[in-house]
Amino acid sequence: MLNHILQAGPRFLARIEKLYSAAFTSAWNPLYHLGALTVFFFWVVVVSGVYVFLFFETSVTHAYESVEWLTHTQWYLGGVMRSLHRYASDAAVVTIGVHMAKEFVTGRYRGARWFSWFTGIPLLWLVFPLGITGYWLVWDQLAQYVAIASSELLDVLPIFSDPMARNFLTNESVSDRFFTLMAFLHLIGLPVFLLFAIWLHLLRISRPIVNPPLGLAVGSLAALTVLSLLWPALSQAPADFSTVTTAIGFDWFYLLAYPLLDYGSPALMWLVLIGSSTFLCLLPLLPPRRRPAAVVSLPNCNGCGRCVADCPYNAVSLAPRSDGLAYTEEAVVDTELCTACGICAGACPTSTPLRRKSELVPGIDLPGMPIHSLRDWTLAAAVQLGGEPGARVLVYGCTSGVNLTALRHSSVAVVELQCIAQLPPAFIDFVISRRHADGVLLLGCRAHDCHYRLGVQWMDERLAGKRDPYLRARVPRERVATYWGGQVTPAEITREIDAFRARLRALGPYRPVTVAASTDEVAP
Amino acid sequence: MIISEGRPLQKYLYYGMRYAGQVAAYAAFLALLGYFASAPTYSPVDPAAAMLKLSFIHVGHHKVECRKMRPEEIAQLAPNMRQALNCSRERLPVTIELELDGKLLLHRAVIASGLSHDRAASIYDKFVVSPGHHRVTARLRDSARTDGFDYTRSTEVELRPRQNFVVDFDAESGGFSFH
Repeated sequence: MLNHILQAGPRFLARIEKLYSAAFTSAWNPLYHLGALTVFFFWVVVVSGVYVFLFFETSVTHAYESVEWLTHTQWYLGGVMRSLHRYASDAAVVTIGVHMAKEFVTGRYRGARWFSWFTGIPLLWLVFPLGITGYWLVWDQLAQYVAIASSELLDVLPIFSDPMARNFLTNESVSDRFFTLMAFLHLIGLPVFLLFAIWLHLLRISRPIVNPPLGLAVGSLAALTVLSLLWPALSQAPADFSTVTTAIGFDWFYLLAYPLLDYGSPALMWLVLIGSSTFLCLLPLLPPRRRPAAVVSLPNCNGCGRCVADCPYNAVSLAPRSDGLAYTEEAVVDTELCTACGICAGACPTSTPLRRKSELVPGIDLPGMPIHSLRDWTLAAAVQLGGEPGARVLVYGCTSGVNLTALRHSSVAVVELQCIAQLPPAFIDFVISRRHADGVLLLGCRAHDCHYRLGVQWMDERLAGKRDPYLRARVPRERVATYWGGQVTPAEITREIDAFRARLRALGPYRPVTVAASTDEVAP
Repeated sequence: MIISEGRPLQKYLYYGMRYAGQVAAYAAFLALLGYFASAPTYSPVDPAAAMLKLSFIHVGHHKVECRKMRPEEIAQLAPNMRQALNCSRERLPVTIELELDGKLLLHRAVIASGLSHDRAASIYDKFVVSPGHHRVTARLRDSARTDGFDYTRSTEVELRPRQNFVVDFDAESGGFSFH
């Protein structure tokens, strides 16, 4: 039952993503660039905020007037900038929320990935105060509510000897000094900490994508500008502490938790905020446990660095040689960072099933799914292929995608991998040149949304001869197909397989020009 | 890809559907942002009600009365520590009472802040009340007396809906003030 529920999430997400891919293409799919979109919205907020600040008066008596002037008198630029400032902030909250939900549903918060998840939680504690202090500065009815409610919330903590809320008892008790403090927090303090927190959040990721595709960025900015023109952000009535604020136009993206103060208590709100944050921080400790990290076999490692270049999590590095072999460096795995995706093994030039004279142990390998097992499984799968000659397909697919076992039949055999880039291209050569199958189909996550970030991209580049290790030129490309479909139904993949088999049938049986020599093709 | 390589009509239909999908996705996103950025409105209190707030920061008397030091006692002290009075650090709690129409809304003894309870006692509290005519009475005791209060003030007030009526205290200004 629990498994059923846990599997329903990724399936539902895959359907939504598919819809977005149909409209935006996979390359521009906003659901594949949620983190980058959030950073983009942050920069929109920064630029628009700087413009708004040029006209903003940091004082109790003139703050409201200055924002009103900007909104109404200079509506064509200042008003648009103000609206962009608000809507981009709100958009960032949406993308953060969806980003978190997606990482959770797809299980990308556990194992070695715990760090990015964990460091994302303090980001929330910076983003929300940043938005809330922004509303404070407008000094309208919403600002009045936010100032009083936030002060009451902070007064519960044993920080201030005197109640902070006293600053907002009457119109006379509000001071410019408080305003300056809020302006400092909103304009400098929190943004600087936020930038640092973003850096920390991305620290363990190799080649982090912090900018969305240009088309998506332009589209998002244009959309926010349209919204700013059609539905500009406006101030409410000016703050007046002789009255109680009611019927406030509320920004639910930033202030969703505030009703807890009014209908519960400040202590309850702290309990919910700290409780939920702690729960989120502890989520990575949930089972299943981490898989064994990749291991280096020094006698087979020549320190070429391909595994270092391909690791999506900076888990592999090069260190001075320690075993006396005539190479300058050797690969070293940081087990804390390793997600056991196997991409390093797929990148290792010694991972070739064509070698016969020596045991198949590459320079770097996954203990739970070693390359020699991959060759054994490939051979076992090939033996099962007894179907129609000329249309036998061997499928290599990653376990993050569809249920591959449902695809098996007499002419289709399946070998499962952690990630599609765990497959060294030499295996494709091995299968086709040795006529273990008539064609090889590679199944993986959707392009730009690989479970291990870069697996699909690396495999595409290996097939295209743009990235080591290349798929050898002798392999007939028409006998190799890829389908980056992610979580799709078996029926969809079956259609893809049928189409591929039809193409193979048309090609006829494979007749290699030369058969590969049965010796070690790559020696460390 | 297959469709885009097909006949022009199919190609236009394909791109048309794609762009329509993008417009729909952006429109849905903007509708979400535009609406929830300021709606639905929120009322933290009933718009027909008024608010009564009580707050003060006040330093109570010393817990032990100050004693005038004898000249020989003063002479024994270091020159920079010499003073006429010897006072304990700890302050008495400040007792506050707030009444509305003869009904006690609050009675509390507020302990002085600071590790040695040598600083001011402070309070901030609020009460949602019905609008209309009310008699508000505030009392405060900051001395060691056991009965009665050192400061008392009452007022008749006609509260309007949404009015924020504040009871503050400043000993130097004579005690309670109503805003």
